Parts: sequence; structure tokens; C-alpha cells
Amino acid sequence: MELIIIPFIAALAVFFGGRKQAAPLALLGSLITLAYTLTVLSGFNTDGQFHLIIDFPWLNNGIRFRTGLDGIGMLLVLLTHVLIPVIVLLQWKRDEADNAGFFGLILLMQAALAGVFSALDGLVFYIFWELALIPVWFICARWGGENRLRITLKFFIYTFLGSVFMLASLLYLYFHTPETHSFSWEALSAVNLSGNEAMWVGAGLLLAFFIKIPVFPFHTWQPDTYTVSPSSGTMLLSGIMLKMGLFGLVRWYLPMVPEAIAVQLPIAGTLALIGVVYGGIIALRQSDMKRISAYASMSHVGLIAAGIFTLSATGMQGAMLQMFSHGVNIVGLFACIAIIENRAGTRDLAKLGGIASQARIFTILFMLVTLGTVAVPLTNGFPGELLLLQSVFQYHPAAGIVAGLTIILCAVYMLRMFQFSMLGQRKGDIYLFRDVEAHELVALGVIAALIIAIGFFPQPWLDLTGASVNRLLDIIQERVALR
Amino acid sequence: MNAANWMLLVLLAPLAGFLINGLFGRRLGGTTAGWIGTLAILVSLTGSVYLFGQAGGSGVNQSYYRWISAGSLQADFGLMADGLNSILMLVITGVGLLIHLYSIGYMHHDKGFHKFFAYLNLFVFSMLLLVMGNNFVIMFFGWEGVGLCSYLLIGFWYENESYGKAARKAFVMNRIGDLGLLVGLFLIWYQFGTFNYSEVFAKVDAGLYRPEIITAICISLFIGATGKSAQIPLFTWLPDAMAGPTPVSALIHAATMVTAGIFMVVRCNHLFSYSPLALDIILYIGLATSVMAALIGLKQNDIKKVLAYSTVSQLGLMFVALGAGAYTAAVFHLVTHAFFKALLFLGSGSVIHGMNGEQDIRKMGGLASKMPVTYWTFLIGTLAITGFPFFSGFFSKDEILIALFQKNPVLYAIGLGSAFITAFYMFRLFFVTFHGKFRGSEEAASHVHESPIIMTLPLMVLAILSIAGGLINLPHWAGSLAGGLEHRLTPLYMDTYHPVHVSMGVEIGLAALAFAGLVAAFLYNRSRYHQGNVVPEADEAMQGAGLFLAEKMRVDELYDSAFARPLESVSTGLHRSVDTGLIDAIVNGIGKLSNKAAALFARLQSGNISWYLLAMACGLVLLAALNLFI
Repeated sequence: MELIIIPFIAALAVFFGGRKQAAPLALLGSLITLAYTLTVLSGFNTDGQFHLIIDFPWLNNGIRFRTGLDGIGMLLVLLTHVLIPVIVLLQWKRDEADNAGFFGLILLMQAALAGVFSALDGLVFYIFWELALIPVWFICARWGGENRLRITLKFFIYTFLGSVFMLASLLYLYFHTPETHSFSWEALSAVNLSGNEAMWVGAGLLLAFFIKIPVFPFHTWQPDTYTVSPSSGTMLLSGIMLKMGLFGLVRWYLPMVPEAIAVQLPIAGTLALIGVVYGGIIALRQSDMKRISAYASMSHVGLIAAGIFTLSATGMQGAMLQMFSHGVNIVGLFACIAIIENRAGTRDLAKLGGIASQARIFTILFMLVTLGTVAVPLTNGFPGELLLLQSVFQYHPAAGIVAGLTIILCAVYMLRMFQFSMLGQRKGDIYLFRDVEAHELVALGVIAALIIAIGFFPQPWLDLTGASVNRLLDIIQERVALR
Repeated sequence: MNAANWMLLVLLAPLAGFLINGLFGRRLGGTTAGWIGTLAILVSLTGSVYLFGQAGGSGVNQSYYRWISAGSLQADFGLMADGLNSILMLVITGVGLLIHLYSIGYMHHDKGFHKFFAYLNLFVFSMLLLVMGNNFVIMFFGWEGVGLCSYLLIGFWYENESYGKAARKAFVMNRIGDLGLLVGLFLIWYQFGTFNYSEVFAKVDAGLYRPEIITAICISLFIGATGKSAQIPLFTWLPDAMAGPTPVSALIHAATMVTAGIFMVVRCNHLFSYSPLALDIILYIGLATSVMAALIGLKQNDIKKVLAYSTVSQLGLMFVALGAGAYTAAVFHLVTHAFFKALLFLGSGSVIHGMNGEQDIRKMGGLASKMPVTYWTFLIGTLAITGFPFFSGFFSKDEILIALFQKNPVLYAIGLGSAFITAFYMFRLFFVTFHGKFRGSEEAASHVHESPIIMTLPLMVLAILSIAGGLINLPHWAGSLAGGLEHRLTPLYMDTYHPVHVSMGVEIGLAALAFAGLVAAFLYNRSRYHQGNVVPEADEAMQGAGLFLAEKMRVDELYDSAFARPLESVSTGLHRSVDTGLIDAIVNGIGKLSNKAAALFARLQSGNISWYLLAMACGLVLLAALNLFI
């Protein structure tokens, strides 16, 4: 609960702290949150049960405020609380009249995200889910680029629409819990539905999560939104928020409608795999670095979703690890792109080149992020990708080979992006590229350290979620067997 | 210190060198970074020598920590040293040491001096990981790692965009192969439930397998090998890789990395031996690559391109040996090739250094007197690769050809032809470069100089190795000195393995045949380029088959129009037509439709509170009804 409250209090402090204090307060607040998270983590019981449970009556009709964390939730809360200080730090030099609002919204978003990942009650989950959308939408719509209102409104409506379907599905489940109805995760997942009912309930949930992730063909809001949003908005969206969708699949879709998964999983998995290749192919020829990264991200999360849909422990564990790694890498990637855009005034590959000769440290950091994204062994991208591809291959060899195309496509578009922006001759002499400043060095240094650490030692991360994944799979299997 | 720690030392010394040079190299003045890098390799070499002594019998095997364990999948971080990889460790660190030394001279004036040594050390680390891993996952680490270092070093002079393109091409083509390898790994897990070499091979030998899966595994692994070891169809990156500094070509693209595919097949001989189909594929691909690359080599005029195609061709020969089941012959040729091809590349580097960066042999000529050490050592390298009697290449190549002869005389004839073409283009290269008249400008002539001792010393050491390398596996007529390598490797093979063996008469006959070809090639090129002073024709003057070969059989163009450009069109097409034109249009269409619907409903929004209350009440009743009836 403190994991939600602390950032919330920090957000309030930033809101009322005024322009000058906004950035330091936000950093301080997010660091306190991080420190507290690490303390909790050090004593965290990874037996797969829910811990740190907060539970009190809230509304009538069995609606309680109930939160708690198992390993899966903990991993994503950790991801959130690690990435937020990095994102704040990258904006350290920001000094605008609306600083308080800007940093306050980031922390508000942080609190809502922690709420999403720890909710154990359907309505609490839904409320945090929507609550997380509002700050990031404000950030994107208020401080974005050209056409931001039209594009972010589409993003808002699209994702909101998805969540309405999710609410409908949750309500349907709620009304099928025994009198006096309950929204608790356990009660909702214990509801037995007929095959037909489960199909509709499942479809509603899937739609919400697929739009958020996004999975092909529900992705078209994403490239435009990523492109038009300010870098911090893009980082929040791609680094953490899309994990809400993946998390939703694991916690709020699979255990809710085991009756439907036999039919829905092959379809959902196929869509996810299409996204892997589709996103990868489109990324090959784009010239806007943000757009390349948007399609790349779509390709990568498609693979994560596919791993989840294999319903195997290997695939699930790969998905967990890769959710974390993808968050780290994509934030690093958008940070590098933001630095380039900030210095060079463009992120168009046709106008860039030769940065490497001027910014040595930045080149090394960007290279590391690139390698992590390409999933070179001994970087964080590799272990997760290995597990995911293995699980998909085990599910069906042909699917595995199709998914495996990502290792080729990703090498092509990532190295192309690195080549055209960083290497070659310096284009013109319109800019002198300043190397990373202290705050950027620290922020990207954290990213780089995580890239290497997870690459060499992925097991501690996997141990955090292992028992929870097994428990979840047991629950699903049990429910399927009951039918 | 026990063997497990020695293995760590061997592996981690180059990593330490990489970190020191990578983090602090810029602040080190002069050639310090180079010496640090060299020292790191020297430490590794020392450890490798120790391990070579320890690695007899079943060798040393140690798992250090559980790298990953998720669901049913496990992999340890574990290393091993046995009869096979201890030899390769010596080659990697030994030849690596010489090339590091040489690079101190060769890269002396480069502004990225420290970076070069950092990358070179990182490469040695990855290569050692590849050969030292005790399971398939660690091998894959090294496998991808060397690919990455190759990418970094080919594109070392990053301001040149065509070099960058060559680097990316190498990485991507390798990744295509890597997908094959990865599929092989997954199949291995599927069939055996483990990635450990010893467990996998024990299970195969116990008969716990399905033959068609073994074949699928072997073919997948071999696809990986065609990428890394530049075989048809994935060979075109290697000639382009010559964009990297010449020491890189010597170390990575001749002596070590490109032989990873051969190492892998020998390491997995227990798998491959159970799949005659896979072995046949390897043999035919190897043979075709060998001949094709040799033919292209005939018409190249860039000194490094000739050597690059020669490397592709020689690697092809090694695969021929593997396909014929002559694993020892393949390893033998791998080792001797590492010596003489590293020598030739470093020699070419010395020439390029002396010629101030010129690589076109048509602008050279008569360098023999100006660069005596380079000349004599290059001659030794040439004699070794062409198989001049009692030079190292003579023994190793003959062993491959004999194995081929045993398998099928027609295939033998093709292999012999490949060897003959090799002799032909190598003597052509040799005579055009070092004999005849100097054809560069007067100014260039005045600059030509022999390289400093730090570069010529490695040449001399490699020259000695190129002459004497055959000693490690002499033919059976050498009595008690014969078959050193064979004895060392035999425990790793299956009981059914038979070393290559033909009668003395056949052996002499085959050697004489090869020698006759060599002499013919020597005499022809000598009279043409040395005595006749003929200059290879200009690119524009070429036509017919010559032009086809000079244009590298137009394979790049073929791949471009068959794969690269169609994929690019698909990419832009998908983006424009499908993503924006179809999917997003549908989404927007739904949006607009609901806008219109909203305009209709807007009439309901009269601002009349009672309307809203009524609607709300209806909604609640509906909810309650749902609650009751469902």
C-alpha cells in the first residue's frame, strides 16, 4: 500500500511545491519510493502467494479496497519504481512555468501504475487502470508536438473504449459471483461460465488488453502517439504503461475465463505473432527514429504476448523477464532519441549522421541500449528472448521459426538506425553534438547497468516470479480440468 | 590453482583487457593500450598451455553458476577443456598474441588505437567462450559475441559509410545463420531435454533419439555454420568484411571466428555421425563453396579480396572433410590454415602498410626487393596454402583429398580441381605483387618500405609455424611421430570412427598429382607475370566469363533483387497500404461513424434534468433485471 501512497504523497508535494522545487522534489520522492521498494523487496516472500495485503470495506455490495502483491506484481511495481526516477532525472534540466504540473503528473501516474499492479479487486483494478491513463494523456496532450490534440484524443478514446469493454466483462463476472457478490480476484476467477459466456467475457477483456499492449491489429494509435508525445510521455507509455496490458492478460484474463482459452488462445497467439513480424518489417524502412522504435516495440511485445499464450512456465517466465528488460531498453532507447533530437533538432535518419565522432560516451551508451534491444547474449534482451522463442517453438515449431525472424529483423532495423544516426560522416555542420551531461549520464548509466546485470545474471529476476507463475498455471489447469 | 580456476583465468583475462582499455584506454598515452591488450592475451595463452596439458582423456569440466532456470529450461554457465578445444584455445590465444603484437605497429597512428585493442580483446573473450562452453547455450553466447565483435571491427573506421554497410551485412547474414542454430538448440532441447554436451551425446549414443529429428538438428546447426563460416548461401559477407583493418581480417576472418562452424560440427560429431544425409549436405555445400570461391578468386585484384575468397574456399574444403567423416583432417586443416592464412593476411597488411594503403595489386609489382621479410614470409605462406611438399598445408590438404578419394573418386577430382585453382590464383597474387616491374607512381615508389620489426616478427613466427605445422599430425609413414592430433581427438569420436587410411602407393600417387598441378600453376604464373610482366587487365576490359568472375558471379546482385529489395517494398507497402490505408482507416472510420451517431443522440441531450434522471433509472432497472435473470 505504501508503494502506492508514497508516490501519491510525493505527487501532491510536487503539485504544491512550486516551479523551482518541482524537479528536486520529484526526484527525491521517486528515490524514496525506490528505496522503500527495495527494502520491501529484500524481505519479500516469493512463494507465489499474495503478500502485503491491504483489505478494507469500501463500497456496498461486497466491493472492498483490496491490494496485495505476488512475485509478478512485485516485479512490475519494481519496474515502475526503478524507471520513474530515471525518467524524472532525464527531465532534470526542464525549467518551465508548468514544471510542478509536469512532474506531479509523472508521480501521479507512478502511483496509479503501482495500484494497477497490486489491485486484488476488480473494481480497484479498473479504477487504477483508468487513473493511470489520465496523467499520461495530459502529459502527451499538453506538451506534445504537432497535431497532438487530435492524435492523443484518438489514443485516449481508443484505450478508453477498450477499458469500457473490460469493465463490462468484470461486471458480468461480478454478477455471477455468489450472493452478496464480490469483486475480489479470487471470487471473480472462481466464477464458472458457460463456454458461450466465457467467449464474450474473455473477448471484452482481451480487447482492452490488446489495445493497451498493443497487439496487431489494434496498434494504430501507437506509432502516432509515440511520435507526437514528449519523450517522457513516450517513455511512460512504452516503458511501463503497455506492461499494464500484458499484466492484465496474466492476472485478469487467463484465470478469469479458462473456459474460453482453448478457443481464444490460438487466435490471440496468431495475432501476437503477426505483430512480431509485421512490426519488424515496417520498422525496416521508417526514417523517424521514434516511429522505428514504436514498431520495434510492437514487435517485441508481440513476442511477449505470444510467450504468455503458450501457457507454459518457460514462456510465462520469459514474458516476465522480458517485460522488465523491454521496459529498461525502450526507456533507454527513447532517452537516446530524445538526446539526439534535443541536440540535433531532428530525429530524421536522413538528416543525421556522424554523432559518434563527437559524443564518445553517448555513443557507448546508445550502443549498449541497441545491443540490449537486439538481444545479444550477455545483455538483458537475450535471456527473455531465448525463453520466449523456446516456448513458442515448443508450442509449434513453425510458430517458433516465424517468431524467430525477429532476431534477424531486429538486427536490421536497429543497426540501420544506429548507423544512420551515429556513424558515417557528420551531416553538414549545423550542430556540434554535446556529449551526455551529468544527469543524463546517471540516468543512462542505470539503464546500462541493468542491461549488463540482467544479461549476466537473469536468475534473480526469474526467481522473483517463478512460484507465482507456477501457481497461476496451476489455477488455470485446475479450472480447465474441472470443466 | 585448480583447472577450473585456470579456465576462468583464460577466459576472463581478455575481458579484463577489454574493460581496462574500454574504460581508461583513452587516457593511456603512446602504445600502452596495445601492450595491455597483448598482455591480456599472453596471460590467456599461458593458461591455455597449462590446460592443454590437463586436457587429456575426458578433460576438465566445470559449471560455475546456474545462468538460467525457467520452467523446464535450464542452462549453466559452465566451461570445459578437452582434446578438441584445448587445441583451438592455443590457436586463438597463440595466433591472437602475434596479431595483437603486429597491430601495435599496424594501428600505431590510428586515433582509435585503444578502442581497437578493446574490441580485439572482447573478440578473443567471445571466441574463447564459444570454444570453451560446456553446453550449447554458452557456445551460442560466444557465437553471437564473435559476430558482434566482427561487426564492430569491420565497421571500425565508422566514418566510411560503405564500411558500415559491410559491417551490417556481416552481422545480419550471421544472424540469419544464428536463427538456424537457435532452432537447432530448441530441437536439441525438445529431443534430449538438456543443453549439456556430455548429456546430449551420451543420450545419442544410448540410442535415445528419433533419426529424423537428429537430421533436423544437424541441418539446423549447419545452417548456423554456413553463416559463421561463410559457406553457400551465406558467404557473401566475408569478402566485404575486408573493410576492417587487416589484423582483424587475419584474426577473425581467417584464423579463428570463421572456423567456428567447423569446430561446432566436430564438437557435435556424435550427432552428425548419425545423420548421413546431413553429412552429405555438408560435403556438397563445402565442395561447391570451395570451387566457386576459388574461381572468383582467380579474377580479383584487391590483395585482401583474393585472400578472402581463398579463405571461403579453404573453409569449404574443411567442410568437405567433415562431410566425408574425416573430422581430424578438418581440425588439422583448420590449424594449419590458421597459421598460413594469418601469415598471408598479415603479409598483405605489411604490403598495404608499405604502399600507404594501396590494395590493388595492379598498382604493385616488384616489391620483393623493397620488402624482403614480407616477401619471403609471403612466399612461405603461399607455398603452405598451395600444398608444397612438407609445408604444413601439404599434409592437411592431402589428408582431406585422400578422405575424399576414399569416399568417391569423382568428388576427389573436383576437390583436386579446387586445390589446383587455389595454387593458380595464389601464385598469380604472389607474382603480380612481388615480381615484375613496380607499376605505381614514382612518388609511391619512393615511399615503399619494409614494415617495422614489431610487424615482421609475427610474420616470421607464423612463417615457421606454416612450414612446421604439419608436424602435429604426420601421415602414418612417419612411424611413431605420426598422427599426434589423431590420437588426441580419437577419444572424442564414436567407436565407429575410422581414421583416413590408404595404401602408401595411392597416397604418393595422389600427392604427386596435386604437386603436378601446383608446379603447373607456378610455372604459368611465373612466366606470365614475372618474366612477361603482364598486368592483369583493367576492370573495363573484362568480358565474358572473366567479367562474371570479377563481378563475384553477381551473387550480391541476385540477393539484392531476390530478397533485399522485395523486402523493402513490402515494408513500405505494409506501412502505407495496410497500416495507414486499411487498419487505421477502419479505426478512424468507426470513430467518425460514432461521431455521427453522437450527433443524433445529441438531440437527447436537451439539458433537461428529468431526461437524464429517467435514462439513469432505466439503466438501473436494466442492471437489476440482468442481475435477476442471469
